[in-house]
Amino acid sequence: MANPKPEELARIDYKPPKTGWMDTPTVFKPGIFPNACKQKSLETVGFPNARQWSVKDEDWKLPENWQEIFIEGLRERVSKYRSFRLFLDICVRCGACADKCHFFIGGGDPKNMPVLRAELLRSVYRKYCTTSGKVMGKLAGARELTIEVLKEIWYYAYQCTECRRCSLFCPYGIDTAEITILARELLNLLGLNIDWIAGPVANCWLTGNHLGLQPHTIKDSFEMFVDDLETATGIRVNPTFNRKGAEILLVVPSGDLFADPGTFTTMGELLLFHELGLDYTWSTFASEGGDFGFFTSNEMAKRLHNKIYEEAKRLKVKWIIGGECGHMWRVWHQYHNTWFGPVDFLEEPVSPITGTKFENTKSNKTVHICEFTADLIKHGKLNLDPGRNDNLKVTYHDSCNTSRGMGFLEEPRYIINNVCNHFYEMPPNTIREQTFCCGSGSGLNASENMENRLRGGLPRANAVKHVKDKYGVNMLACICAIDRAALTTSVDYWVPGVRVTGVHEMVGNALVCKGEKKRTTDLRGDPLPGMEGE
Amino acid sequence: MGLLFSFFTVTALVLIVLIGVKAANFHYLFGVIVPYAAFLTFFIGVIYRVMQWGRVPVPFRIPTTAGQEKSFPWIKQNAIDNPSTAFGVIIRMAFEVLLFRSLFRNTNTELREGPKLSYGSTKWLWLGGLAFHWTFFIILTRHLRLFFEPVPMLIQIMESLDGFFQVGAPVLYLTDLIFLGAVTFLFLRRVIIPQVRYISLAADYFPLFLIFSIGFTGILMRYFFKTDVVGIKQLTMGLITFSPVVPTGIGIIFYIHLFLISALFAYFPLSKLMHMAGVFLSPTRNLVNNNRAVMHVNPWNYPVKVHTYEEYENDYREKMKAAGLPVEKE
Repeated sequence: MANPKPEELARIDYKPPKTGWMDTPTVFKPGIFPNACKQKSLETVGFPNARQWSVKDEDWKLPENWQEIFIEGLRERVSKYRSFRLFLDICVRCGACADKCHFFIGGGDPKNMPVLRAELLRSVYRKYCTTSGKVMGKLAGARELTIEVLKEIWYYAYQCTECRRCSLFCPYGIDTAEITILARELLNLLGLNIDWIAGPVANCWLTGNHLGLQPHTIKDSFEMFVDDLETATGIRVNPTFNRKGAEILLVVPSGDLFADPGTFTTMGELLLFHELGLDYTWSTFASEGGDFGFFTSNEMAKRLHNKIYEEAKRLKVKWIIGGECGHMWRVWHQYHNTWFGPVDFLEEPVSPITGTKFENTKSNKTVHICEFTADLIKHGKLNLDPGRNDNLKVTYHDSCNTSRGMGFLEEPRYIINNVCNHFYEMPPNTIREQTFCCGSGSGLNASENMENRLRGGLPRANAVKHVKDKYGVNMLACICAIDRAALTTSVDYWVPGVRVTGVHEMVGNALVCKGEKKRTTDLRGDPLPGMEGE
Repeated sequence: MGLLFSFFTVTALVLIVLIGVKAANFHYLFGVIVPYAAFLTFFIGVIYRVMQWGRVPVPFRIPTTAGQEKSFPWIKQNAIDNPSTAFGVIIRMAFEVLLFRSLFRNTNTELREGPKLSYGSTKWLWLGGLAFHWTFFIILTRHLRLFFEPVPMLIQIMESLDGFFQVGAPVLYLTDLIFLGAVTFLFLRRVIIPQVRYISLAADYFPLFLIFSIGFTGILMRYFFKTDVVGIKQLTMGLITFSPVVPTGIGIIFYIHLFLISALFAYFPLSKLMHMAGVFLSPTRNLVNNNRAVMHVNPWNYPVKVHTYEEYENDYREKMKAAGLPVEKE
């Protein structure tokens, strides 16, 4: 299905319909919703109610007691998560969150206002879990869980990317991500996952990574990177895999091993670590930093992430470096330690190059690769020639998760400012903690829901357009694998002419290595500035 | 529907007093029993709700970080919006509760031809909310004069500051004006802004009508209908000392005022007004962002089924060997 033209898509009507939201049936629009999960994916991880079903079918083939399962699941979760219970209870519907959501801004569907998206579930909670809802019904904002209501909750649970931008503006910190996360958990009790999440989850369970790359395939990919790096730099790097006794385990999102432009980021990392002579290893088992389990259920997230510490333990490394990835770092930062701690089989991370103790991760023992690199640059350990990136006018997209789930704002900027000479910030309301989602986070980067992804991508792309028009920006840097895939699509659509890069790709370009040949191309094989004729 | 329902409910509450006090002479009921019952409901209800929340664990430490985290000594941390210490959290919460920090960030999104999105700062909701809550608090505190004899100095100072402009007799309190203005603003924005109107429930209009009516009857009592202030104080002192008396000759308007307040108190724990207590418990605001430095314990953390390395190697051993990857078992 062809997407509408940008001018058409940008004609957005924000006016809510005349009928109240409870009385306005939800119509499933093609291009907005992702496809249903496959039976096999759910069976692989032993999820309940696995079956073939289709979103477009009237009959979703639900188990007979689906209502009971959902409501029992809801009751269980409001007694396990204070966040969930509180956020269902205390919203005053002030509306501050309404125009903070990229899907609402780009689509205008009132049920995509975070407050209303939450009310879809809140109304069910009121009906079955509160006295006022039971007694007063609709007047108290409560409603029965009918099949239409269930479908509506599904439709909108997969139109939230868990970016938490709304929670920044909420006077009580109500976090729609919490509500979406748990709504999806409830839907998963009924086998109602989407293909783009359930598939990667099954892959990750079997092969250790979302893309289903088997050990020998991973090695093959690296051989290609090594060859390409040699062509570009004259240096042959020699990565090791599953090597016991290495000091550091490096885990990156598997997207960076597979698809452009993420692969160039991996190449930058390979070059950097080779130049440092770092004693590190890759793992084909812990071959995924990201965690689509996190978009499924808390339990699934934990099940998939176990491999990272298990592998660190088996290989007897001292600590772990994590690559450039958004939701991966939300999970590593806010969940890892709670799931698997105390991590006493590893050592407190110390940079072998600078001696810096990474105090802020002394318990979790995982260091963000940008922390590692920023520290190297600060200590003058890298010979950088930012001029090699002079053909780039760069802007930087903060990932939702690293910004609002971590506060990781300055380190990547510090690196960028040291590896390129032309860096321009997007408008303040669109960066740092106020950053916009790429539009495809939390497992929504499928192709069948492309219209919605492009709509959700509008606020980010529009801010890119602003700096493109003003400063001639032609490169959008980010530290997230989903961004690298999703922004490429979204920017191509809304702001053609801007490309997307990882931060460590630019590091790789600027890094002057010992014994390198005269560099004429960047890691992509494109000519470096001033070398166009060579 | 919600709007009309709320309006008529508040009207009905007023009628109940009119009939109950004026026609049926239930002074003791409306002057003593209802206020006691309402206060008890409020007190027990709020404690119950807070304990209910308190009993639910906080499995994960999930602050919404709104600034640079603590990392290297050479990177400036935003210690308030992204606190790494308990003290930082206290400051963050104080800003949130006393000054509505998050609402202060509010922006207004505009889409123009192009398309061109822009985000302007908008402080109206913040200002209206702040004015409403603070004047409500001051007015409530001023009312403590009814429960103390003699009236504490602090309250007297507060009153004289509030009546600083010395307009009218009795002196006009600034807070009264601001309070009614703010409630009206909050109501109007709810009705006028289409999106806000669309999300509004009866539970949103009802407290606004109720609170407006409380303010309005209070103002009527103070500035327009003469009420027996001495009698009222006798009644309130009786209530607070648990020796209730119901003096005769207190105007009906007082009973309306008192009944609406009772309704608000009784309604409070059942409603969204609990945000007053809830905001203190919000896990995205009241937690320290030090997850990687200090482990957060989930009381219900349980072992999960995992796919082990051994199983992985069993699946791929031959392929791994062929690719020259090390294996545990040959």
